[in-house]
Formats: sequence, structure tokens, C-alpha cells
Amino acid sequence: MEKKEIIIEVENLVKKFGQFVANDNLTFKVFKGEIFGFLGANGAGKTTAIRILSGLLEPTSGKISVAGYNAYSQRDLIKANIGYMSQKFSLYDDLTVRENIRFFGGIYGLYGKILKARIDELLSDLKMTEFKDDLISSLPLGWKQRLSFSIAMIHKPVIIFLDEPTGGVDPITRRSFWEMIHSVANQGTTVFVTTHYMDEAEYCDRVTIMVDGRIEALDSPANLKKTFNANSMDEVFVMLARKAKSA
Amino acid sequence: MRAILFIIQKEFLQIFRNKTMLPIIFLLPIIQLLILANAATFEMKNINISVVDYDNSRISREVISHFDASTFFTIIPTEQSVEKALELVHSNRTDLVMVIPNGFEKDIDNSIAPKVQLLVNSINGMGASLAYAYSSSILMNFTKNIAIKKLNVNIQTPPTISTQTSYWYNPELKYSHFMVPGILVILVTIIGMFLTALNLVREKELGTIEQINVTPIKRYQFIIGKLVPFWIIAMFELAFGLLVGKLLFDIPINGSLTLLFSFAGVFLVLALGGGLLLSSISSSQQQVMFVAFFFMIVFVLMSGIFTSTESMPNWAQIFNRINPLYYFMKVIRMVLVKGANLSDIRESFISVSILAVTMLSFAIFRYKKTS
Repeated sequence: MEKKEIIIEVENLVKKFGQFVANDNLTFKVFKGEIFGFLGANGAGKTTAIRILSGLLEPTSGKISVAGYNAYSQRDLIKANIGYMSQKFSLYDDLTVRENIRFFGGIYGLYGKILKARIDELLSDLKMTEFKDDLISSLPLGWKQRLSFSIAMIHKPVIIFLDEPTGGVDPITRRSFWEMIHSVANQGTTVFVTTHYMDEAEYCDRVTIMVDGRIEALDSPANLKKTFNANSMDEVFVMLARKAKSA
Repeated sequence: MRAILFIIQKEFLQIFRNKTMLPIIFLLPIIQLLILANAATFEMKNINISVVDYDNSRISREVISHFDASTFFTIIPTEQSVEKALELVHSNRTDLVMVIPNGFEKDIDNSIAPKVQLLVNSINGMGASLAYAYSSSILMNFTKNIAIKKLNVNIQTPPTISTQTSYWYNPELKYSHFMVPGILVILVTIIGMFLTALNLVREKELGTIEQINVTPIKRYQFIIGKLVPFWIIAMFELAFGLLVGKLLFDIPINGSLTLLFSFAGVFLVLALGGGLLLSSISSSQQQVMFVAFFFMIVFVLMSGIFTSTESMPNWAQIFNRINPLYYFMKVIRMVLVKGANLSDIRESFISVSILAVTMLSFAIFRYKKTS
């Protein structure tokens, strides 16, 4: 196998909220172009970790580098090079599809012809051109999520962070969402995704399983199933999650 | 810099798409001015007076008729007993009881100083002192006339000092000339500060702010982008309010409007910056409303809208140095009514500029993209 380029490097990341340790000594590497899954039950610390990596949350300690930049001192440089989409749907309901795309493109620094071309490209990729003047509030959830994802990619970031992107949508929409994820990964974008759907873990190149703020396992889905002698990721997860204090 | 323009454009799209916004911007000033400028007045037109006349003489009836003839007083009939008249005061049916003692006419005939008693309902202290002042002046005039009559016409009356009063800046003592500018101050502050504060915290509630915090936008760009749209709306509101005040109340505009709007521009940076600061430390619209309301009430009542700030205790005057509304209240009245120029309001201008810069820096500093 060729030598892989490291795009996210985390050593001994700790995040405490008062006495509560949300992330307990996380250490991992993410390689360029891979789909890296973060699995765990609710409250296992996935969201905390992804928020730290995307510069929304201050880590307590640990060495963190994202896209080659330091997560303490170079947060705005990190932010210019990553995309982020959260479980909480966050487009403007009272703006149209086009206005939303334009606004986020604008604050990522796009303008003029480039911005206009990017908007048209995005709309046609999403097959939403004829709905460009519809308010977000009138769109079905699945569409909103695909739009959110595209907007998070508007500035062509090298890494995209997805925090439980498929929460609450039907299996068909989830499938088409994962097709989008694969297509950006094929174009070389690194995808960092958290989920608690175990079937989605199978779509990842490598997965990390978090239990109580710690990393319990990190490998490709195939290797994990072999190690734990399980038929599915579901079984692997249940075996590990049983150890949890909180479960 | 371009990012700021994108934020401003987005805010305006959202503001004008919101169906309640236009009525707020246009109806609020008209309603506020109509109600407050007419209702919140210190002029007293209808003072209810009850007279207990124990003397029941020609001259006591003459006193009563003087009150009856005055436009300020309405006579409320009462039984001829102080206790009964005081019951009327208790039940709030009369504001003032005048007691004319037995022997009133006789005292006058014998050239002994006549006495009457005034019992004033002082629940409203301001109204009480006015009622007292009006009735004393009627009584004074009355006794002066009697004295002249008694001393006979061909005898020279003793010289008295006669005062010629001319009321500067507001010759007709129109209350609306005082109140309308004051109400305009409150209006633009509320519109500007509340809208700004609610807007930012709403993005927090919806979670959309997260999507902005994850972009490389600079903090000052975001804060300025949020401030400018509401600054423009508040400035427009001031212009619109002035127009309404001019048309409906014929308020004077004696000073330079450029000066007034320059001052308002700086003042609004302060007020809106305060709104942004407030919303960046709050987590819900409810919280913002409560805190903003608290500060508004304190600042408004201390600002001198109803009462003169010079007669406030020392600590209050010191407090007013950080009260933005105090400065604006003073400046708008000075410029509109008095026609003050820049050198007259220089101190206020400098103070508000310092406060504005401080507040804006604080709002930018306090807004955190990383928690």
C-alpha cells in the first residue's frame, strides 16, 4: 500500500467539562481521502470530539493538528479548510435555497463570478435548480440535509466534518446521502463522520468506537469484525458498549 | 470586508421577509407619539375641588365663584362637613378640599387676615403641588382685590413687584415640545437595541450561529455585519419619528439636523453594541428580553425624560454619566428646542463616543466563535 498522507493528527486529547471527562486521552490519525467514522452511543463523546476538531470547542489538553494547522493557535486557518455540518439542522428557514447558498459562499470568501458559478454548479448537482427560489422551510427534511451538506462543501474544503448527518431521515434518503459522501471522498476530500447507525459504519474506511469518552477500538470494519469474531458491526458495538458505565 | 456585506444583505432579506417588521417600524412611532405625548402631561386641567363653607356669607360665596370660573377647577358638591368632604378625598372623587371657617367675612370686615384651609390629596405629589399652587394664586388675587376695594380707590395701593415672565425656548409652554423628543429617544433605542439583541440570540437558539462560527469569518466582521442593518433601521426610525412629530405636534426643529443625526449615529453604535453584548452573553430570547427590559427602565427613568436630572441626588448624577439615554435625551432637546450647536453639546458628544467605542470593542471581544 502506498504511503498515506496524514490530515488529522490527535495525540492525548482531553476535554473536561468541570469534573466530567467527555474525551479521555484520545489518540488517532486520519488519512487524506478516507471516510473516517466515529461511532458511539449517545453521550460517548463523539460530538465533543468533532466540535473540538472543527474549532468550535476549546480542548482541555492534547496535541491536535487539522489540515496541517494547530487547533489552538490557527483556528481560523483550520476553519477556512474544513466544512462542518451538524446534527442540528442549521440553514436559514426564512431564506430561499439560493440565498442560503449565496450567504454561506459569501462568508467563506467567495464572490462575483466564482460565487455565481459555484451556486449554479451546486444547484444542478443537487437537481434543485427549479426550486432555487423556494424557502428552506418548505423543503422536505431529506432535501434540507443534502443541501446542508453541499453548503458545507461550498468552499471545497479538504476535510468535511459531519456530526450525525443522517439523524431522523428515512433509509432511502440515508442511502442517497451516503452516495454523496462517497462521491466527495472519491474526489479526495477527507470525510470525518459521527453516527450511531451501525449499518453506516460499514460504509466507512475505518471506524473508531467510543465508549465513555475513550476509544475502545479503531480499525477497518472488516478487521473489527474479525477481531471480535462478530458477523456485523452491530455485534461489535454491543460487545464494546456493554462495558460502558453509563449504559 | 466583503463578508460584512454578505451578512448585511442576509439580515435585510430576513428583516423584510418578516411580516411583523414593517408594522413595527412604521406603526410603533405613530402610536407611541400619539399616546405618550398626549397622555403623559403635567398640565392640570381638571382639578376637582370640594368646598366646605362654614361661613356661608356673601364674600365666601364670592371666593367659591372664583374657583368655579377658573378653567382648572371643577367644583364637586359636598355636604357641609370636613369629615364628609374628606370621604370624597378617600374615594378619590375630589383632589382638594377648601375649608372656609366661620367668621371669614367678619375677619375681612375687621381687617384681620382671613384664613382658609386647603386639604390636598397628595397621592400624586406633582399633581398636589400644582393644585395647591393654582388655588393659592386664585386666593391671592382675591384678597388683593378686596384689599384694594377696602382701601378705597383714591388711595394709592402699596407698590408691589410685578413679574414679567417670558419662557425661553418654549414660549407657549407646550408640553409636547418637551415630550416628543424624549419619546423619540426611547423609540429608537428600543427598536435598535431590542431588534439587534433578539436577532443574534435567535441565531443561537436556532443553531444557525454554529454554521457561521465554523467559517473563517472574523469576529469584528460578524459583529459589524449584525450591527449595520439595525443601525440603518434605527436612523430611519428617528427620521420618520421626527417627521411624525413635526406633522402631528409641530415640534420645533431649531438646530441642525445633521448634528442631531451625527450624534444619533454614535449613540446607536453604543445602544446596538450593548444589545449585541447582551445577546452574546445570553442563551435565550427570554433572557435577553428580561435583562434588556431591566436596563431600559432604569436608563429611561434616570435619563430625565420626566424629571430634571439636575435635581437628582449626587449619586444619580454620577450614574447618569454612563447612562446613554441621559446624553441623548439632553442633546435631542437641546438641538431641537434650543437650537444648540456642536460646541454646546461637545461634552455629551465626546462622552457618548467614548462609551460607544468601549461598548463595541467589548461586544466584539465577548463574542466567541469557540466556546
